[in-house]
Amino acid sequence: MPTKEEWQNAFAARHGEKLQKVFSSSVVAICGLGGLGSNIATALARAGIGKLILIDFDSVDLSNLHRQQYKASQIGKYKTDAIVENLCEINPNIRTEAHTIRLTEENALTLLSQADVICEAFDNPQAKAMLCNLVLEKLPQKFYVAASGMAGIDSPNLIKTKRVSKRFYLCGDGVNGVGESDGLFASRVMLCAAHQAHTVMRVLAEKYEV
Amino acid sequence: MVLINGKNTAADGKTVSAYLEEANFNPQTIAVELNEDILPKPQYGETVLKDGDVLEVVSFVGGG
Repeated sequence: MPTKEEWQNAFAARHGEKLQKVFSSSVVAICGLGGLGSNIATALARAGIGKLILIDFDSVDLSNLHRQQYKASQIGKYKTDAIVENLCEINPNIRTEAHTIRLTEENALTLLSQADVICEAFDNPQAKAMLCNLVLEKLPQKFYVAASGMAGIDSPNLIKTKRVSKRFYLCGDGVNGVGESDGLFASRVMLCAAHQAHTVMRVLAEKYEV
Repeated sequence: MVLINGKNTAADGKTVSAYLEEANFNPQTIAVELNEDILPKPQYGETVLKDGDVLEVVSFVGGG
């Protein structure tokens, strides 16, 4: 296993020493660990983000495996436990804080208080709207990266990142929801997750325009 | 005129609630920013749109 110093050197060689210092001292919260959240977490762990706050109440199900970063051997495990296992295999130095809980208006402010950037990765549109309103109203100093519209087999080029306001970014095609189209495809969900993960990295790099 | 989601719209004088209802938005699945600031839901009914306002209605669809 590489030493911690070897890891830091490998990261710095890819991202630059200055930016890697920022990455490794940053805290990112990921709300929901499904198709979006598990892919965002994987990208951020690979990039050497210092700490991830990982929140989901659900367990890994066979129906998740076509697009989420879990394995057949993890069916039945809490997604929080499964993702921490997988992230630590990828990057043993990642620090994680996992909460197996449903994020609500009552508990969200406490659970998210330490995060520099918050990613919304829910599947339910009411939950997406609830968290968006809550974070923008009550935690206005945080950067917020949400997602809407990545279902179906429509063109990948429709997935975009929009800077809605100073600290609020929205990724997705904005229209294709589950139920109105033909299911969810790993590649298109991963694209949206990649937009979110990349937006996190750009924000940390102080590149705020899209 | 009010710039709503990038489009000039004749919504001046209407409350945000009235506009959202006319435009068929589901209040449960949206967030609304008025001039780059989040508009708390309890204020939708009392906020009257003015000429030159910029309204962004972010509508969330399912999937993740």
